[in-house]
Amino acid sequence: MFSGFMVNAWEVASIVAVVAGIVGFFTVMRGSAFAAHAIPNGSFAGAAGAILIGASTLIGLGVFSLGGAMTIGLLGRKGRHDVATALTLVAMLALGALFLSFSVEYAPEVYSLLFGEVLGISPNEIAPTAILGALCILAIAILCRPLMLSSLLPEVGEARGISGLRMEMLFLAVLALTTTMTVPVVGTLLIFSLMIGAPAAARSFTDRPLVAMGLSVAIALLTVWVAIAASYETNYPVGFFVGAGSATSYTIGRVCAAWRNRRTAGLPSVT
Amino acid sequence: MSHFLSPVFASGFFESEAVHIALAVGALVAVVTGVVGVFTVMRGQSFAGEAFGDLGTTGGAGAYLVGVGPLWGFVLGNVIAAGAMEAIGVQRARGRDLATGIVLGAGLGLAALLLHLYTTGHSATGATVTILFGSVFAISSTTIPLIVLLGAIVLAITLTIYRPLLLSSVNAEMASARGIPVRLVGVLYLLALALAAALAAITIGTILSTALIVGPAASALRITRRPLTALLTAAGIGVAAMWLGIVLAYDSYHWPPHGTIWPVSFFVVTLVFITYLLSGLPEARRRRRADRRSSASLVAQPTTTS
Repeated sequence: MFSGFMVNAWEVASIVAVVAGIVGFFTVMRGSAFAAHAIPNGSFAGAAGAILIGASTLIGLGVFSLGGAMTIGLLGRKGRHDVATALTLVAMLALGALFLSFSVEYAPEVYSLLFGEVLGISPNEIAPTAILGALCILAIAILCRPLMLSSLLPEVGEARGISGLRMEMLFLAVLALTTTMTVPVVGTLLIFSLMIGAPAAARSFTDRPLVAMGLSVAIALLTVWVAIAASYETNYPVGFFVGAGSATSYTIGRVCAAWRNRRTAGLPSVT
Repeated sequence: MSHFLSPVFASGFFESEAVHIALAVGALVAVVTGVVGVFTVMRGQSFAGEAFGDLGTTGGAGAYLVGVGPLWGFVLGNVIAAGAMEAIGVQRARGRDLATGIVLGAGLGLAALLLHLYTTGHSATGATVTILFGSVFAISSTTIPLIVLLGAIVLAITLTIYRPLLLSSVNAEMASARGIPVRLVGVLYLLALALAAALAAITIGTILSTALIVGPAASALRITRRPLTALLTAAGIGVAAMWLGIVLAYDSYHWPPHGTIWPVSFFVVTLVFITYLLSGLPEARRRRRADRRSSASLVAQPTTTS
Protein backbone atom coordinates (compact mmCIF):
# COMPACT_ATOMS: atom_id res chain seq x y z
CA MET A 1 0.00 0.00 0.00
CA PHE A 2 2.94 2.33 0.55
CA SER A 3 5.16 1.30 -2.32
CA GLY A 4 5.56 2.10 -6.00
CA PHE A 5 2.77 4.07 -7.63
CA MET A 6 0.93 4.39 -4.32
CA VAL A 7 3.59 6.77 -3.01
CA ASN A 8 2.57 9.26 -5.69
CA ALA A 9 -1.05 8.95 -4.67
CA TRP A 10 -0.29 9.59 -1.00
CA GLU A 11 1.90 12.60 -1.77
CA VAL A 12 -0.42 14.27 -4.25
CA ALA A 13 -3.54 13.61 -2.20
CA SER A 14 -1.90 15.09 0.87
CA ILE A 15 -0.97 18.26 -1.01
CA VAL A 16 -4.50 18.49 -2.34
CA ALA A 17 -6.01 17.97 1.10
CA VAL A 18 -3.91 20.74 2.67
CA VAL A 19 -4.83 23.23 -0.05
CA ALA A 20 -8.50 22.17 0.01
CA GLY A 21 -8.63 22.50 3.79
CA ILE A 22 -7.31 26.07 3.68
CA VAL A 23 -9.11 27.37 0.59
CA GLY A 24 -12.25 25.50 1.66
CA PHE A 25 -12.22 27.25 5.01
CA PHE A 26 -12.70 30.58 3.27
CA THR A 27 -15.19 29.04 0.85
CA VAL A 28 -17.44 27.97 3.70
CA MET A 29 -16.97 31.25 5.57
CA ARG A 30 -17.92 33.29 2.50
CA GLY A 31 -20.81 31.00 1.61
CA SER A 32 -19.25 30.30 -1.79
CA ALA A 33 -20.04 26.59 -1.84
CA PHE A 34 -21.84 26.95 -5.16
CA ALA A 35 -18.88 28.65 -6.82
CA ALA A 36 -16.58 25.99 -5.39
CA HIS A 37 -18.81 23.42 -7.05
CA ALA A 38 -19.24 25.29 -10.32
CA ILE A 39 -15.64 26.20 -11.12
CA PRO A 40 -14.13 22.69 -10.89
CA ASN A 41 -17.16 21.11 -12.50
CA GLY A 42 -17.26 23.55 -15.40
CA SER A 43 -13.52 23.51 -15.97
CA PHE A 44 -13.80 19.91 -17.06
CA ALA A 45 -14.95 21.33 -20.41
CA GLY A 46 -11.52 22.93 -20.67
CA ALA A 47 -9.86 19.56 -20.25
CA ALA A 48 -12.16 18.04 -22.87
CA GLY A 49 -11.36 20.88 -25.28
CA ALA A 50 -7.63 20.62 -24.64
CA ILE A 51 -7.65 16.91 -25.39
CA LEU A 52 -9.64 17.58 -28.55
CA ILE A 53 -7.10 20.03 -29.97
CA GLY A 54 -4.16 18.10 -28.55
CA ALA A 55 -3.08 20.70 -25.98
CA SER A 56 -2.09 20.10 -22.39
CA THR A 57 -5.02 19.33 -20.06
CA LEU A 58 -3.57 21.65 -17.47
CA ILE A 59 -3.78 24.63 -19.84
CA GLY A 60 -7.39 23.81 -20.76
CA LEU A 61 -8.36 23.52 -17.12
CA GLY A 62 -6.56 26.73 -16.26
CA VAL A 63 -8.18 28.76 -19.03
CA PHE A 64 -11.68 27.47 -18.35
CA SER A 65 -11.54 27.66 -14.58
CA LEU A 66 -10.18 31.20 -14.64
CA GLY A 67 -12.61 32.25 -17.37
CA GLY A 68 -15.50 30.67 -15.47
CA ALA A 69 -14.47 32.31 -12.21
CA MET A 70 -14.28 35.74 -13.80
CA THR A 71 -17.63 35.26 -15.56
CA ILE A 72 -19.26 34.27 -12.29
CA GLY A 73 -17.78 37.32 -10.59
CA LEU A 74 -18.78 39.78 -13.32
CA LEU A 75 -22.29 38.41 -13.95
CA GLY A 76 -22.92 38.03 -10.22
CA ARG A 77 -22.17 41.71 -9.72
CA LYS A 78 -25.23 42.75 -11.71
CA GLY A 79 -27.76 39.95 -11.24
CA ARG A 80 -28.44 37.32 -8.65
CA HIS A 81 -25.26 35.61 -7.65
CA ASP A 82 -26.54 32.03 -7.58
CA VAL A 83 -28.22 32.44 -10.97
CA ALA A 84 -24.99 33.77 -12.48
CA THR A 85 -23.07 30.84 -11.03
CA ALA A 86 -25.57 28.26 -12.26
CA LEU A 87 -25.70 29.66 -15.78
CA THR A 88 -21.95 30.04 -16.10
CA LEU A 89 -21.57 26.44 -14.97
CA VAL A 90 -24.07 25.02 -17.45
CA ALA A 91 -22.69 27.13 -20.29
CA MET A 92 -19.24 25.66 -19.66
CA LEU A 93 -20.63 22.16 -19.30
CA ALA A 94 -22.53 22.54 -22.56
CA LEU A 95 -19.27 23.34 -24.31
CA GLY A 96 -17.87 20.25 -22.65
CA ALA A 97 -20.71 18.17 -24.04
CA LEU A 98 -19.98 19.55 -27.50
CA PHE A 99 -16.25 18.76 -27.26
CA LEU A 100 -17.07 15.29 -26.03
CA SER A 101 -19.39 14.61 -28.94
CA PHE A 102 -16.52 15.43 -31.32
CA SER A 103 -14.09 12.99 -29.74
CA VAL A 104 -15.44 9.49 -29.66
CA GLU A 105 -12.99 7.63 -27.48
CA TYR A 106 -13.35 9.86 -24.51
CA ALA A 107 -15.93 8.33 -22.16
CA PRO A 108 -13.53 6.78 -19.62
CA GLU A 109 -11.67 10.06 -19.42
CA VAL A 110 -14.91 11.85 -18.55
CA TYR A 111 -15.39 9.50 -15.69
CA SER A 112 -11.89 10.03 -14.34
CA LEU A 113 -12.09 13.82 -14.71
CA LEU A 114 -15.38 13.99 -12.85
CA PHE A 115 -14.76 11.38 -10.22
CA GLY A 116 -11.00 11.29 -9.90
CA GLU A 117 -8.33 8.73 -10.52
CA VAL A 118 -6.05 9.40 -7.62
CA LEU A 119 -4.53 5.92 -7.70
CA GLY A 120 -3.33 6.43 -11.26
CA ILE A 121 -1.17 9.47 -10.57
CA SER A 122 2.19 9.46 -12.29
CA PRO A 123 5.36 10.86 -10.67
CA ASN A 124 5.61 13.74 -13.14
CA GLU A 125 2.28 15.11 -11.91
CA ILE A 126 3.67 15.73 -8.44
CA ALA A 127 5.82 18.76 -9.28
CA PRO A 128 3.10 20.86 -10.98
CA THR A 129 0.63 19.99 -8.24
CA ALA A 130 3.09 21.03 -5.55
CA ILE A 131 4.00 24.29 -7.30
CA LEU A 132 0.37 25.30 -7.93
CA GLY A 133 -0.56 24.25 -4.40
CA ALA A 134 2.18 26.43 -2.97
CA LEU A 135 0.91 29.33 -5.11
CA CYS A 136 -2.62 28.85 -3.71
CA ILE A 137 -1.39 28.86 -0.14
CA LEU A 138 0.82 31.88 -0.80
CA ALA A 139 -2.12 33.77 -2.31
CA ILE A 140 -4.30 32.91 0.67
CA ALA A 141 -1.53 33.95 3.08
CA ILE A 142 -1.25 37.35 1.40
CA LEU A 143 -5.01 37.82 1.21
CA CYS A 144 -5.73 36.31 4.61
CA ARG A 145 -6.53 39.37 6.71
CA PRO A 146 -8.52 41.47 4.20
CA LEU A 147 -10.27 38.35 2.95
CA MET A 148 -11.33 37.34 6.44
CA LEU A 149 -12.52 40.85 7.23
CA SER A 150 -14.51 41.20 4.04
CA SER A 151 -15.98 37.70 4.48
CA LEU A 152 -17.07 38.14 8.09
CA LEU A 153 -17.83 41.87 8.22
CA PRO A 154 -18.24 43.15 4.67
CA GLU A 155 -19.42 46.60 5.79
CA VAL A 156 -16.41 47.13 8.04
CA GLY A 157 -14.17 45.91 5.24
CA GLU A 158 -15.66 48.41 2.79
CA ALA A 159 -15.25 51.20 5.37
CA ARG A 160 -11.58 50.33 5.68
CA GLY A 161 -11.15 50.49 1.92
CA ILE A 162 -11.31 46.78 1.15
CA SER A 163 -13.40 46.46 -1.97
CA GLY A 164 -15.84 43.57 -1.64
CA LEU A 165 -15.88 43.08 -5.39
CA ARG A 166 -12.10 42.95 -5.65
CA MET A 167 -11.94 40.45 -2.79
CA GLU A 168 -14.59 38.33 -4.48
CA MET A 169 -12.71 38.35 -7.77
CA LEU A 170 -9.40 37.53 -6.09
CA PHE A 171 -10.96 34.73 -4.11
CA LEU A 172 -12.61 33.28 -7.21
CA ALA A 173 -9.22 33.41 -8.92
CA VAL A 174 -7.73 31.41 -6.04
CA LEU A 175 -10.56 28.91 -6.43
CA ALA A 176 -9.73 28.66 -10.12
CA LEU A 177 -6.07 28.07 -9.32
CA THR A 178 -7.00 25.36 -6.81
CA THR A 179 -9.19 23.78 -9.46
CA THR A 180 -6.44 23.77 -12.05
CA MET A 181 -4.06 21.99 -9.75
CA THR A 182 -6.48 19.46 -8.32
CA VAL A 183 -8.87 18.40 -11.06
CA PRO A 184 -6.38 16.52 -13.26
CA VAL A 185 -5.28 14.40 -10.33
CA VAL A 186 -8.34 13.96 -8.16
CA GLY A 187 -11.36 14.95 -10.25
CA THR A 188 -13.95 17.63 -9.68
CA LEU A 189 -15.95 15.68 -7.14
CA LEU A 190 -13.21 14.96 -4.66
CA ILE A 191 -12.06 18.54 -4.47
CA PHE A 192 -15.59 19.83 -3.92
CA SER A 193 -16.34 17.34 -1.15
CA LEU A 194 -13.08 18.17 0.59
CA MET A 195 -13.52 21.92 0.23
CA ILE A 196 -16.98 21.85 1.80
CA GLY A 197 -17.08 18.86 4.13
CA ALA A 198 -13.87 19.34 6.08
CA PRO A 199 -14.19 23.09 6.82
CA ALA A 200 -17.89 22.79 7.61
CA ALA A 201 -17.09 20.06 10.12
CA ALA A 202 -14.21 22.09 11.55
CA ARG A 203 -16.46 25.08 12.10
CA SER A 204 -18.83 22.99 14.17
CA PHE A 205 -16.04 22.15 16.59
CA THR A 206 -14.64 25.62 17.22
CA ASP A 207 -15.50 29.26 16.69
CA ARG A 208 -11.92 30.54 16.48
CA PRO A 209 -10.95 31.10 12.84
CA LEU A 210 -7.30 30.00 12.95
CA VAL A 211 -8.04 26.88 14.99
CA ALA A 212 -10.85 26.06 12.61
CA MET A 213 -8.52 26.46 9.64
CA GLY A 214 -5.99 24.06 11.16
CA LEU A 215 -8.70 21.61 12.09
CA SER A 216 -10.10 21.86 8.58
CA VAL A 217 -6.73 20.85 7.11
CA ALA A 218 -6.47 17.98 9.59
CA ILE A 219 -9.93 16.65 8.77
CA ALA A 220 -9.27 16.95 5.03
CA LEU A 221 -5.99 15.03 5.40
CA LEU A 222 -7.63 12.33 7.49
CA THR A 223 -10.48 12.02 4.97
CA VAL A 224 -8.18 11.51 1.97
CA TRP A 225 -5.86 9.14 3.79
CA VAL A 226 -8.72 6.94 4.92
CA ALA A 227 -10.27 7.19 1.45
CA ILE A 228 -7.07 6.11 -0.33
CA ALA A 229 -6.53 3.22 2.03
CA ALA A 230 -10.14 2.09 1.64
CA SER A 231 -10.00 2.50 -2.12
CA TYR A 232 -6.79 0.46 -2.27
CA GLU A 233 -8.32 -2.32 -0.22
CA THR A 234 -11.71 -2.50 -1.92
CA ASN A 235 -10.88 -1.33 -5.46
CA TYR A 236 -13.88 1.04 -5.35
CA PRO A 237 -13.43 4.62 -6.64
CA VAL A 238 -11.69 6.94 -4.23
CA GLY A 239 -14.31 9.66 -4.83
CA PHE A 240 -16.95 7.55 -3.16
CA PHE A 241 -14.94 7.29 0.06
CA VAL A 242 -14.07 10.97 0.05
CA GLY A 243 -17.72 11.91 -0.40
CA ALA A 244 -18.82 9.54 2.33
CA GLY A 245 -15.98 10.64 4.62
CA SER A 246 -16.81 14.33 4.20
CA ALA A 247 -20.47 13.74 4.94
CA THR A 248 -19.57 11.64 7.98
CA SER A 249 -17.20 14.22 9.43
CA TYR A 250 -19.80 16.92 8.88
CA THR A 251 -22.45 14.82 10.64
CA ILE A 252 -20.11 14.21 13.59
CA GLY A 253 -19.40 17.93 13.71
CA ARG A 254 -23.10 18.76 13.77
CA VAL A 255 -23.78 16.25 16.54
CA CYS A 256 -20.92 17.64 18.61
CA ALA A 257 -22.15 21.19 18.04
CA ALA A 258 -25.65 20.23 19.12
CA TRP A 259 -24.23 18.58 22.22
CA ARG A 260 -22.12 21.65 23.03
CA ASN A 261 -25.11 23.89 22.56
CA ARG A 262 -27.19 21.81 24.91
CA ARG A 263 -24.52 22.06 27.60
CA THR A 264 -24.35 25.81 27.24
CA ALA A 265 -28.11 26.07 26.90
CA GLY A 266 -29.37 29.60 27.16
CA LEU A 267 -26.38 31.08 25.36
CA PRO A 268 -27.12 31.90 21.72
CA SER A 269 -25.51 29.58 19.21
CA VAL A 270 -22.75 31.17 17.17
CA THR A 271 -22.43 28.86 14.23
CA MET B 1 -43.45 25.95 -48.28
CA SER B 2 -41.29 22.98 -47.49
CA HIS B 3 -38.97 23.97 -50.31
CA PHE B 4 -38.77 27.48 -48.90
CA LEU B 5 -37.93 26.23 -45.40
CA SER B 6 -35.51 23.52 -46.43
CA PRO B 7 -32.39 25.50 -45.39
CA VAL B 8 -33.82 25.62 -41.85
CA PHE B 9 -35.35 22.18 -41.48
CA ALA B 10 -33.10 19.49 -42.89
CA SER B 11 -34.83 16.77 -44.88
CA GLY B 12 -36.73 14.21 -42.85
CA PHE B 13 -37.15 16.52 -39.86
CA PHE B 14 -40.94 16.39 -39.83
CA GLU B 15 -41.13 12.70 -40.68
CA SER B 16 -38.89 11.32 -37.95
CA GLU B 17 -40.68 9.83 -34.97
CA ALA B 18 -37.74 10.55 -32.70
CA VAL B 19 -38.08 14.23 -33.58
CA HIS B 20 -41.82 14.19 -32.82
CA ILE B 21 -41.18 12.72 -29.41
CA ALA B 22 -38.31 15.11 -28.76
CA LEU B 23 -40.41 18.15 -29.69
CA ALA B 24 -43.38 17.07 -27.57
CA VAL B 25 -41.40 15.98 -24.53
CA GLY B 26 -39.09 18.96 -24.83
CA ALA B 27 -41.98 21.42 -24.83
CA LEU B 28 -43.69 19.76 -21.87
CA VAL B 29 -40.50 19.68 -19.83
CA ALA B 30 -39.64 23.27 -20.74
CA VAL B 31 -43.05 24.50 -19.56
CA VAL B 32 -42.79 22.61 -16.26
CA THR B 33 -39.21 23.69 -15.53
CA GLY B 34 -39.95 27.28 -16.56
CA VAL B 35 -42.84 27.53 -14.09
CA VAL B 36 -40.94 25.87 -11.25
CA GLY B 37 -37.78 27.79 -12.07
CA VAL B 38 -39.36 31.21 -11.47
CA PHE B 39 -39.76 30.28 -7.82
CA THR B 40 -36.29 28.73 -7.69
CA VAL B 41 -34.80 32.03 -8.78
CA MET B 42 -37.01 34.08 -6.49
CA ARG B 43 -36.13 31.90 -3.51
CA GLY B 44 -32.43 31.88 -4.34
CA GLN B 45 -32.36 28.10 -4.55
CA SER B 46 -30.41 27.73 -7.79
CA PHE B 47 -27.79 25.70 -5.99
CA ALA B 48 -30.44 23.25 -4.82
CA GLY B 49 -31.66 22.98 -8.41
CA GLU B 50 -28.12 22.33 -9.57
CA ALA B 51 -27.62 19.75 -6.82
CA PHE B 52 -30.78 17.90 -7.85
CA GLY B 53 -29.49 17.78 -11.37
CA ASP B 54 -26.19 16.32 -10.29
CA LEU B 55 -27.77 13.93 -7.81
CA GLY B 56 -29.90 12.66 -10.65
CA THR B 57 -26.60 11.19 -11.83
CA THR B 58 -26.58 9.00 -8.73
CA GLY B 59 -30.14 7.88 -9.33
CA GLY B 60 -29.55 7.39 -13.03
CA ALA B 61 -26.47 5.26 -12.39
CA GLY B 62 -28.41 3.20 -9.87
CA ALA B 63 -31.23 2.72 -12.38
CA TYR B 64 -28.75 1.47 -14.99
CA LEU B 65 -27.29 -0.89 -12.43
CA VAL B 66 -30.61 -2.53 -11.54
CA GLY B 67 -31.84 -2.33 -15.15
CA VAL B 68 -34.79 0.06 -15.04
CA GLY B 69 -35.32 3.26 -17.03
CA PRO B 70 -33.11 6.17 -15.94
CA LEU B 71 -36.09 8.43 -15.27
CA TRP B 72 -37.10 6.24 -12.30
CA GLY B 73 -33.61 6.67 -10.96
CA PHE B 74 -33.65 10.45 -11.42
CA VAL B 75 -36.98 10.72 -9.61
CA LEU B 76 -36.05 8.45 -6.72
CA GLY B 77 -32.58 9.94 -6.30
CA ASN B 78 -33.90 13.51 -6.29
CA VAL B 79 -36.73 12.82 -3.85
CA ILE B 80 -34.29 11.19 -1.40
CA ALA B 81 -31.91 14.13 -1.87
CA ALA B 82 -34.74 16.58 -1.18
CA GLY B 83 -35.44 14.76 2.08
CA ALA B 84 -31.79 14.85 3.09
CA MET B 85 -31.45 18.56 2.31
CA GLU B 86 -34.60 19.30 4.24
CA ALA B 87 -33.28 17.33 7.22
CA ILE B 88 -29.96 19.19 7.24
CA GLY B 89 -31.70 22.53 6.97
CA VAL B 90 -32.01 23.82 3.45
CA GLN B 91 -34.85 26.09 4.53
CA ARG B 92 -32.80 28.54 6.54
CA ALA B 93 -31.05 31.02 4.29
CA ARG B 94 -27.98 30.72 6.49
CA GLY B 95 -26.24 27.41 6.06
CA ARG B 96 -28.43 26.58 3.10
CA ASP B 97 -25.65 26.24 0.58
CA LEU B 98 -23.68 24.15 3.06
CA ALA B 99 -26.59 21.73 3.46
CA THR B 100 -26.85 21.51 -0.30
CA GLY B 101 -23.12 21.10 -0.70
CA ILE B 102 -22.80 18.29 1.82
CA VAL B 103 -25.66 16.31 0.30
CA LEU B 104 -24.27 16.97 -3.17
CA GLY B 105 -20.79 15.80 -2.21
CA ALA B 106 -22.03 12.61 -0.59
CA GLY B 107 -24.43 11.90 -3.45
CA LEU B 108 -21.78 12.39 -6.11
CA GLY B 109 -19.50 10.03 -4.21
CA LEU B 110 -22.24 7.44 -4.40
CA ALA B 111 -22.64 8.19 -8.12
CA ALA B 112 -18.94 7.48 -8.59
CA LEU B 113 -19.38 4.11 -6.92
CA LEU B 114 -22.51 3.14 -8.84
CA LEU B 115 -21.06 4.17 -12.21
CA HIS B 116 -17.89 2.27 -11.34
CA LEU B 117 -19.90 -0.85 -10.53
CA TYR B 118 -21.95 -0.49 -13.69
CA THR B 119 -19.07 0.13 -16.07
CA THR B 120 -16.93 -2.67 -14.62
CA GLY B 121 -19.87 -5.07 -14.62
CA HIS B 122 -21.10 -4.33 -18.14
CA SER B 123 -17.92 -3.23 -19.93
CA ALA B 124 -19.91 -0.29 -21.25
CA THR B 125 -18.72 3.24 -20.67
CA GLY B 126 -21.46 4.96 -22.65
CA ALA B 127 -23.75 5.09 -19.62
CA THR B 128 -21.71 7.84 -17.98
CA VAL B 129 -22.02 10.18 -20.95
CA THR B 130 -25.68 9.37 -21.61
CA ILE B 131 -26.67 10.06 -18.02
CA LEU B 132 -24.59 13.20 -17.74
CA PHE B 133 -25.42 14.84 -21.03
CA GLY B 134 -28.75 13.28 -21.90
CA SER B 135 -30.18 12.55 -25.29
CA VAL B 136 -33.60 13.89 -26.09
CA PHE B 137 -33.66 11.95 -29.37
CA ALA B 138 -33.25 8.67 -27.49
CA ILE B 139 -36.39 8.99 -25.36
CA SER B 140 -38.52 5.94 -26.03
CA SER B 141 -42.25 6.33 -26.50
CA THR B 142 -42.89 4.07 -23.50
CA THR B 143 -41.43 6.69 -21.15
CA ILE B 144 -43.86 9.38 -22.33
CA PRO B 145 -46.78 8.50 -20.02
CA LEU B 146 -44.47 8.73 -17.01
CA ILE B 147 -43.08 12.06 -18.21
CA VAL B 148 -46.59 13.46 -18.68
CA LEU B 149 -47.66 12.19 -15.27
CA LEU B 150 -44.63 13.72 -13.53
CA GLY B 151 -45.12 17.00 -15.35
CA ALA B 152 -48.76 17.08 -14.28
CA ILE B 153 -47.81 16.37 -10.66
CA VAL B 154 -45.26 19.16 -10.61
CA LEU B 155 -47.65 21.68 -12.16
CA ALA B 156 -50.45 20.57 -9.81
CA ILE B 157 -48.25 21.06 -6.73
CA THR B 158 -47.00 24.44 -7.91
CA LEU B 159 -50.40 25.80 -8.89
CA THR B 160 -52.11 24.49 -5.74
CA ILE B 161 -49.69 26.29 -3.46
CA TYR B 162 -49.23 29.20 -5.89
CA ARG B 163 -50.29 32.10 -3.68
CA PRO B 164 -48.72 30.97 -0.37
CA LEU B 165 -45.58 29.96 -2.27
CA LEU B 166 -45.34 33.33 -3.95
CA LEU B 167 -45.78 35.23 -0.71
CA SER B 168 -43.34 33.06 1.25
CA SER B 169 -40.80 33.33 -1.57
CA VAL B 170 -40.97 37.11 -1.61
CA ASN B 171 -41.15 37.65 2.13
CA ALA B 172 -41.07 34.67 4.48
CA GLU B 173 -41.66 36.71 7.65
CA MET B 174 -44.77 38.36 6.31
CA ALA B 175 -46.04 35.01 5.04
CA SER B 176 -45.71 33.33 8.43
CA ALA B 177 -47.29 36.36 10.10
CA ARG B 178 -50.30 35.77 7.88
CA GLY B 179 -50.53 32.19 9.07
CA ILE B 180 -49.01 30.50 6.02
CA PRO B 181 -47.18 27.28 6.97
CA VAL B 182 -43.92 28.47 5.39
CA ARG B 183 -42.01 25.30 6.22
CA LEU B 184 -44.62 23.01 4.66
CA VAL B 185 -44.82 25.19 1.58
CA GLY B 186 -41.04 25.03 1.35
CA VAL B 187 -41.04 21.23 1.56
CA LEU B 188 -43.73 20.88 -1.10
CA TYR B 189 -41.84 23.27 -3.32
CA LEU B 190 -38.57 21.38 -2.84
CA LEU B 191 -40.39 18.22 -3.92
CA ALA B 192 -41.71 19.95 -7.05
CA LEU B 193 -38.21 21.19 -7.82
CA ALA B 194 -36.78 17.70 -7.36
CA LEU B 195 -39.28 16.22 -9.82
CA ALA B 196 -38.80 19.07 -12.30
CA ALA B 197 -35.04 18.51 -12.19
CA ALA B 198 -35.60 14.83 -12.94
CA LEU B 199 -37.67 15.79 -15.99
CA ALA B 200 -35.00 18.23 -17.14
CA ALA B 201 -32.36 15.54 -16.67
CA ILE B 202 -34.09 13.13 -19.02
CA THR B 203 -34.11 15.72 -21.80
CA ILE B 204 -30.78 17.54 -21.56
CA GLY B 205 -28.82 15.40 -19.09
CA THR B 206 -28.29 15.51 -15.36
CA ILE B 207 -25.47 18.01 -15.15
CA LEU B 208 -27.08 20.43 -17.60
CA SER B 209 -30.61 20.24 -16.20
CA THR B 210 -30.10 23.42 -14.15
CA ALA B 211 -30.01 25.38 -17.37
CA LEU B 212 -33.69 24.70 -18.07
CA ILE B 213 -34.74 25.47 -14.51
CA VAL B 214 -32.71 28.58 -13.82
CA GLY B 215 -32.05 30.11 -17.24
CA PRO B 216 -35.50 30.88 -18.67
CA ALA B 217 -36.84 31.86 -15.25
CA ALA B 218 -33.98 34.24 -14.49
CA SER B 219 -34.36 35.85 -17.92
CA ALA B 220 -38.12 36.18 -17.45
CA LEU B 221 -37.69 37.81 -14.04
CA ARG B 222 -35.36 40.38 -15.59
CA ILE B 223 -37.90 41.19 -18.28
CA THR B 224 -41.01 41.46 -16.13
CA ARG B 225 -41.75 41.88 -12.47
CA ARG B 226 -45.30 40.52 -12.57
CA PRO B 227 -45.26 36.93 -11.28
CA LEU B 228 -47.85 35.46 -13.63
CA THR B 229 -46.30 37.12 -16.68
CA ALA B 230 -42.92 35.84 -15.53
CA LEU B 231 -44.25 32.26 -15.35
CA LEU B 232 -45.59 32.46 -18.89
CA THR B 233 -42.47 34.20 -20.22
CA ALA B 234 -40.21 31.59 -18.62
CA ALA B 235 -42.24 28.75 -20.10
CA GLY B 236 -42.17 30.48 -23.50
CA ILE B 237 -38.41 31.05 -23.44
CA GLY B 238 -37.89 27.45 -22.37
CA VAL B 239 -40.00 26.01 -25.17
CA ALA B 240 -38.38 28.30 -27.75
CA ALA B 241 -34.85 27.34 -26.66
CA MET B 242 -35.79 23.68 -26.61
CA TRP B 243 -37.34 23.62 -30.07
CA LEU B 244 -34.66 25.74 -31.66
CA GLY B 245 -32.06 23.52 -30.03
CA ILE B 246 -33.68 20.41 -31.46
CA VAL B 247 -33.85 21.93 -34.95
CA LEU B 248 -30.22 23.05 -34.82
CA ALA B 249 -29.06 19.68 -33.51
CA TYR B 250 -30.92 17.95 -36.33
CA ASP B 251 -29.35 20.29 -38.88
CA SER B 252 -25.88 19.92 -37.38
CA TYR B 253 -25.53 16.51 -39.01
CA HIS B 254 -24.43 18.39 -42.10
CA TRP B 255 -21.97 20.58 -40.22
CA PRO B 256 -18.30 19.75 -39.60
CA PRO B 257 -17.00 17.40 -38.33
CA HIS B 258 -18.91 15.16 -40.70
CA GLY B 259 -21.25 12.45 -39.55
CA THR B 260 -21.73 13.57 -35.94
CA ILE B 261 -24.73 15.29 -34.44
CA TRP B 262 -23.91 18.19 -32.16
CA PRO B 263 -25.59 17.53 -28.82
CA VAL B 264 -29.06 19.03 -28.33
CA SER B 265 -28.07 20.00 -24.80
CA PHE B 266 -25.29 22.18 -26.14
CA PHE B 267 -27.68 24.22 -28.29
CA VAL B 268 -30.37 24.47 -25.62
CA VAL B 269 -27.97 25.63 -22.93
CA THR B 270 -26.21 28.07 -25.24
CA LEU B 271 -29.53 29.60 -26.32
CA VAL B 272 -30.65 29.88 -22.70
CA PHE B 273 -27.37 31.52 -21.70
CA ILE B 274 -27.55 34.04 -24.55
CA THR B 275 -31.16 34.84 -23.62
CA TYR B 276 -30.08 35.52 -20.05
CA LEU B 277 -27.31 37.86 -21.19
CA LEU B 278 -29.66 39.74 -23.57
CA SER B 279 -32.42 40.01 -20.97
CA GLY B 280 -30.10 42.08 -18.80
CA LEU B 281 -29.66 44.79 -21.41
CA PRO B 282 -32.90 46.80 -20.91
CA GLU B 283 -32.40 46.76 -17.16
CA ALA B 284 -28.80 47.94 -17.51
CA ARG B 285 -29.84 50.77 -19.84
CA ARG B 286 -32.60 51.84 -17.46
CA ARG B 287 -30.18 51.83 -14.57
CA ARG B 288 -27.61 53.85 -16.47
CA ARG B 289 -30.26 56.43 -17.33
CA ALA B 290 -31.38 56.57 -13.70
CA ASP B 291 -27.78 56.99 -12.61
CA ARG B 292 -27.30 59.87 -14.99
CA ARG B 293 -30.43 61.60 -13.75
CA SER B 294 -29.43 61.49 -10.11
CA SER B 295 -25.73 61.33 -9.49
CA ALA B 296 -26.27 59.23 -6.38
CA SER B 297 -26.81 55.55 -7.13
CA LEU B 298 -30.35 54.69 -6.18
CA VAL B 299 -30.29 50.94 -6.56
CA ALA B 300 -28.31 49.01 -4.01
CA GLN B 301 -27.69 45.42 -4.95
CA PRO B 302 -29.16 42.99 -2.46
CA THR B 303 -26.42 40.77 -1.10
CA THR B 304 -27.19 37.15 -1.73
CA THR B 305 -24.21 35.62 0.01
CA SER B 306 -24.77 33.08 2.80
